[in-house]
Amino acid sequence: MKAVEVSAKREAAVPAELAIRMYRQMVRIRLFEEQVNELYTRALMPGLAHLYIGEEAVAVGICEALKNTDYITSTHRGHGHCLAKGAMPDRMFAELLGKEAGYCRGKGGSMHIADPATGNLGANAIVGGSTGIATGAALTAKRLKTDQVSVCFFGEGALGQGVLYEVMNLAALFKLPVVYVCENNLYTEYTHFTETTAGDILTRGTAFGVQVEGVDGQDVRAVHAAAQRLVNRARRGEGPALLLCNTYRYTGHHVGDINREYYRSKQEEQEWKTKRDPIKNMGEWLIGQKIADPAALQKIEGEVRDEMKAAVEFAIAAPYPSPEEVDQDVYA
Amino acid sequence: MPETATSQRELTFAQAIREGLAEEMRRDPRVCIFGEDVAEAGTPFKVLSGLVEEFGAERVLDTPISEQGFTGMGVGAAMTGLRPVVDIMFGDFLTLTMDQLVNQAAKVHYMSGGTWKVPMVLRTTLGATRRSAAQHSQSLHAWVCHVPGLKVVMPSTPYDAKGLLKTAIRDDNPVIFFEDKMMYRQKGVVPAEEYMIPFGVAEVKREGEDITLVATSSMVEVALGAAKLLAGAGISAEVIDPRTLWPLDEKTIVNSAKKTSRAIVIDEGYGRYGVTGEIASVIAEGAFFNMEAPVKRMGAMHVPIPFSPPLEDITVPTEQTVFDAARKLCGKA
Repeated sequence: MKAVEVSAKREAAVPAELAIRMYRQMVRIRLFEEQVNELYTRALMPGLAHLYIGEEAVAVGICEALKNTDYITSTHRGHGHCLAKGAMPDRMFAELLGKEAGYCRGKGGSMHIADPATGNLGANAIVGGSTGIATGAALTAKRLKTDQVSVCFFGEGALGQGVLYEVMNLAALFKLPVVYVCENNLYTEYTHFTETTAGDILTRGTAFGVQVEGVDGQDVRAVHAAAQRLVNRARRGEGPALLLCNTYRYTGHHVGDINREYYRSKQEEQEWKTKRDPIKNMGEWLIGQKIADPAALQKIEGEVRDEMKAAVEFAIAAPYPSPEEVDQDVYA
Repeated sequence: MPETATSQRELTFAQAIREGLAEEMRRDPRVCIFGEDVAEAGTPFKVLSGLVEEFGAERVLDTPISEQGFTGMGVGAAMTGLRPVVDIMFGDFLTLTMDQLVNQAAKVHYMSGGTWKVPMVLRTTLGATRRSAAQHSQSLHAWVCHVPGLKVVMPSTPYDAKGLLKTAIRDDNPVIFFEDKMMYRQKGVVPAEEYMIPFGVAEVKREGEDITLVATSSMVEVALGAAKLLAGAGISAEVIDPRTLWPLDEKTIVNSAKKTSRAIVIDEGYGRYGVTGEIASVIAEGAFFNMEAPVKRMGAMHVPIPFSPPLEDITVPTEQTVFDAARKLCGKA
């Protein structure tokens, strides 16, 4: 398979305040996910969860280019998207534990966090399943002239789903303000994406007349700059885009996927973690630019640790929904 | 105009649907239609003729042949402020929309803890005997009845079609609306005054004493025809049209069965694991001790719908087969 083209590295001019916020948001996602793994290991969490560790720059870079009123749809690996779009960790942990205080009153769980207040149309456990919803939200924005943009996050596994191409065709025909964000973390569950994906990824968008761009998904400034270009373009009414973010899933397909050597080497994992870590690299950049010193970054980490600890404690102490809730909200 | 003149006005089933849509589109600018050939073509059945001229191509939107894609787009549009009426030309193509209906539309409200809503209507067709063969003749409404979160509507007259469609469009849930494609040209009284028909309220189409015929959509006419034949044979049949399969008016059905002590359920979907089986068990659970005979189910034969006319006609219940079954059940065969 042809190597995926990545747009020439542009040194994005990022205001210091935004740079620090993006750093903090990435740390929040990472430490949130570490707590999720901890909850699973301690058998406090029902079911499984799919961790976003390693991919933080994608969600943060994209969502920092969005307004609160803009829409996102997310995936089974969705905690990062939800947090980056503004969800609170305490209510997210509560949802993961099936508690009434969760975003979905405990009825959705890890794979279905939704929140109208932050424009989150919902994480979706059907691969490619939310592509229609994101496209429909863009149709509403265009019809009602609300100035909103819709972002559809999906993993490279969804490239095998026909519905993705149906809605790209629709979005291009109707010039809808939607950005399709493909997070290529290299593994479709337990299979390298080159074994499941023929030909080229970005030209699939080009074929529909969709604006395409590829970016280093480990570089939050590059992701943010690309997202701004494509989101602003969509908001101006210039139509849909496909943004390919090349990234890496540090952990398994889900928290229980511990022994991974039959599909990838420990050495490969180690290389990504040491050389291409989005948080480490952004931290070094912040220090190099004299935007922050190591102590300031440690302070951020400490604050986030406290935030996550308190959020987990809140969720553990929160009550389960009462049994009468079981058949509520089946119908509106 | 004197009142009798308006209330006696007749429209075809297709005209009643179109009028219901047009009224709702005039009332609420959020209502829009999309699907294949819905605009200038007005669908192959000409149900939507004239709507694009009145409401424009933005609200009557022609889509590519991408049932899953534009149904999914309908779900997202409905969640965010439009009230789409999605047109799926043939009920057989429901198979292509299943993930969007079953895993998305039906679950969004519940899965989000009641925060998001999907006020979407999906209109589609059912019914055999149009010589359209196995992929354009099925009645697959039982598939969606099985899924919590969806409502399922089965009008049997132009009057019901208009009144139920208006209710569907104003409902905040995903509603699947089945139209019998053989009925589009059938005429019936449709008053010019605005009216709506609530979901979950069956209509007693004909009162009777000896047997209850519960019939849906295309089978209501069949049951009424059979009831006439039965009257000639000295059997008084009560005919009940549930009008919506979910919500289902169990009370009216059970009360009728208790009164007559015999029942046949007639529906054009497949008999096996179908709507007839469900309604038969509602009757069995609610009226068992009043019954003098087992509840009988009559649905489509368990075969793909054949093309050849003499074969196709055998596959669905008819006035004669319902008449025969009812006489047998009443011990008068």
